[in-house]
Amino acid sequence: MAEGAALYDVALERPDDLDGFRKAARGLIALEVPPRQVLWHASGEGSLFGASLLPEGGPFPVPAAFVPLAADVVCHRDGERFALLYEALWRIRHGEKRLLHVVADPLVHRLAMLRKAVGRDVHKMHAFVRFRRLETEAGERFAAWFEPEHHILRRVASFFTGRFSTMNWSILTPEGAMHWNGAELSFGPGVRKEDAPEGDDFEDWWRTYYRATFNPARSNPDMMRQEMPKKYWRNLPEAELIPSLLAEAGNRTAGMLERAPEAPRKRIAPYVPAAPAILPAGSLAEIRQDASSCVRCPLFGPATQTVFGEGPLDAPVVFVGEQPGDQEDLAGRPFVGPAGQLFDRALQEAGLDRRQAYVTNAVKHFKFEPRGKRRIHKKPEGREIEACRWWLDRELATLKPSLVVALGATAARSLTGRTVSVLRERGRITEMRPGLPGLLTVHPSFLLRLPDPAARETEYRRFVEDLRHIGEIAPVMRLAA
Amino acid sequence: MSSVPEKLAVLADAAKYDVSCSSSGAPKRDSRDRKGIGSTTGMGICHSYTPDGRCVSLLKILLTNFCVYDCAYCINRRSSNVQRARFTVEEVVDLTLQFYKRNYIEGLFLSSGIIQSADYTMEELVRVARSLREVHGFRGYIHLKTIPEASPELIADAGRYADRLSINIELPTEAGLKRFAPEKRTGSIRGTMAGLRLRIEEAREEKAATPKAPRFAPAGQSTQMIVGADETNDASILDTSSTLYASYALKRVYYSAFSPIPDASSALPPKAPPLQRENRLYQADWLMRYYGFSAGEIIEGADGGMLDLAIDPKLAWALRNRERFPVDINKADREVLLRVPGLGTRTVDRIIASRRDRTLRFDDLARLKASMRKARPFIVTPDYRPTMLLDRSALRDLFAPPPEQLGLFA
Repeated sequence: MAEGAALYDVALERPDDLDGFRKAARGLIALEVPPRQVLWHASGEGSLFGASLLPEGGPFPVPAAFVPLAADVVCHRDGERFALLYEALWRIRHGEKRLLHVVADPLVHRLAMLRKAVGRDVHKMHAFVRFRRLETEAGERFAAWFEPEHHILRRVASFFTGRFSTMNWSILTPEGAMHWNGAELSFGPGVRKEDAPEGDDFEDWWRTYYRATFNPARSNPDMMRQEMPKKYWRNLPEAELIPSLLAEAGNRTAGMLERAPEAPRKRIAPYVPAAPAILPAGSLAEIRQDASSCVRCPLFGPATQTVFGEGPLDAPVVFVGEQPGDQEDLAGRPFVGPAGQLFDRALQEAGLDRRQAYVTNAVKHFKFEPRGKRRIHKKPEGREIEACRWWLDRELATLKPSLVVALGATAARSLTGRTVSVLRERGRITEMRPGLPGLLTVHPSFLLRLPDPAARETEYRRFVEDLRHIGEIAPVMRLAA
Repeated sequence: MSSVPEKLAVLADAAKYDVSCSSSGAPKRDSRDRKGIGSTTGMGICHSYTPDGRCVSLLKILLTNFCVYDCAYCINRRSSNVQRARFTVEEVVDLTLQFYKRNYIEGLFLSSGIIQSADYTMEELVRVARSLREVHGFRGYIHLKTIPEASPELIADAGRYADRLSINIELPTEAGLKRFAPEKRTGSIRGTMAGLRLRIEEAREEKAATPKAPRFAPAGQSTQMIVGADETNDASILDTSSTLYASYALKRVYYSAFSPIPDASSALPPKAPPLQRENRLYQADWLMRYYGFSAGEIIEGADGGMLDLAIDPKLAWALRNRERFPVDINKADREVLLRVPGLGTRTVDRIIASRRDRTLRFDDLARLKASMRKARPFIVTPDYRPTMLLDRSALRDLFAPPPEQLGLFA
């Protein structure tokens, strides 16, 4: 202006006129008009001397993030909003393509603040509009009076049409009104508060709820005001209760603390848990039930449940793994996770019938380390294996299998009572306990942990070969050809 | 008692000790097809705030506060003299819809005292949800409390209609539960959570394979723990939380500072824990879930296994680990920045995005929403270096509020 350069006066139709802004900006950019030579007006904001005629400018590329930013910013009450947006466009067109990424730039920061204020206003309008039900000749209608801080009436339309599509409703504000008839949205002029409908019986019920859900022992009015600033209170039916609720809170809490506990005046019959089933003494079912409340070592603490063995009572072969994993702990059943699935596949390939097998673990609780949303498997220690042997001994004594298969070192240690080198002693049938032949091989999870696919395949083959020995000792395990 | 408003007063009062009121995490839905009412936005909406500063998002009520259990901390325990009431299924459905149509709420959070049996109670809860969804085409949010001993079929139904399911772990330790809730079992609570996790994951996988597959609690599961009813310290509370998060894919663990209730049981401590303790636990919980801290790191070296009430747990950790600071804002990895006091996850993301285009200076950080008061002693920028600040032994005093002055007659 000081230089006497031509000044462009741009008038927009509505305070939130994004299309008008877009059209004008195209023309201005086409004429290479720098931001300081443009004056922006929206109807109802400042005087209009008549808009400058701008040529139709062609579309030009803007960063994808600009359009949603502008759609928010045009709703703000700040009189400089269009000028700021045009300045950003100008800078983007003049060498600062990544301007919007520079969050610390004062212009970008200012736009972000405007956007945030609009977003907050939109969010609060979604939250704090209160419909009142009206009986009309045409049936049920709902109407709400609201005073948004920014020009967001059109911005919130889709929220209300998407949510209350089958109702007829109006949202009335000082700057404009919005009406939905169940099919179409229309807009009308602003409304005065006195002309908005009053009252709804359910507002009393709502206040009843509001009063009851407030906990006087935890009064925190600052926190409330931060989220529900006072300026909204006048249009919230529940807000009239706030002063009295706060005033009474201290006394109500003191009353609760002072009152000595009273003896029950009325009796409600106590809970009678279902009596535990009486199971045959010494049966596997009874041992399983006893194991479900095992506290012989600390592993029961973080775990979900005891994962006991599973399979037919006359199983000729008992497979003993290390401990349940994540999936087994959740399901309460052994060998159902990834290692269990690999085990099933290997058994089948070795020509063995999985349904004939009894599967269990040396340690019956999952030992793990919590890490974020996952549980990392931890190897059980000697004393945990010792503590849990109690249950394995009982399983074996009841089942009396003709062969026991130790999958991995933990199982071997539990069965033999000594430290065993799996890789050295695997694949041979030895007497693992007096009178009980045993076979030692790797645990299927060992195969899953091998990073190299070729090595994994080789080791898987060796595992299947080990399992084939089982058919020799226990022919009933063989799958029918 | 017969009128609905009277029951509402009793059954909302009875439900308010369950602190969860979140309406987030549901898949986005709306009613543009005009075959129903309601929508979900993903992030949830708080429609009001009570003077305790809590969000009112859902109509949070009990179906009934009659209960056969006798949990000492609970206002509805069978030996309490609290006024009792029971809604019918239709009353809850109608109340939910009427409140929803007036834009008071995002949906319903329904729980119940245990009456008759776990299955009977669960079935009543499911009937409300089924009626809302199937008879009234309700697409708002539904959170149902799950009764641990209820049959798997009923729980499957609950998951079909509800966005979120929850089971309260109640107390951080099994010993605490035995003492205060003698009829409840840690085992069945954990077992039900485990079952929910398996079903939620299964349904998610099926949904990915065939979009028409039925949903199961798409907003996941949450739980609540009462703090301060027994002597359990923060270390073991956080330990329990981290185990729960790792084991059951929980969306949230809510901490509810035990608060005085009318007609309290004599088994309870007479004094409530400071509300600040609950606040610090939430902050620690956030550090575990979004900032890469383990429970052990947060509590390590803390006095008596308790979080510092005067300063936040990240700041407390930084003061105990000063050798890791100051951190260069322009060079440090995301994981390192997340551990700087005063920098939240979004600020850290903004720092990382901005520094690709320019070197960040001290004043830039305030525009990126860093809390400079807290961050100052722990950061370096080209134009700023915290001289001597980190070495001050009294650094904590800079942040801790001054001790309250004693009154004249104290």
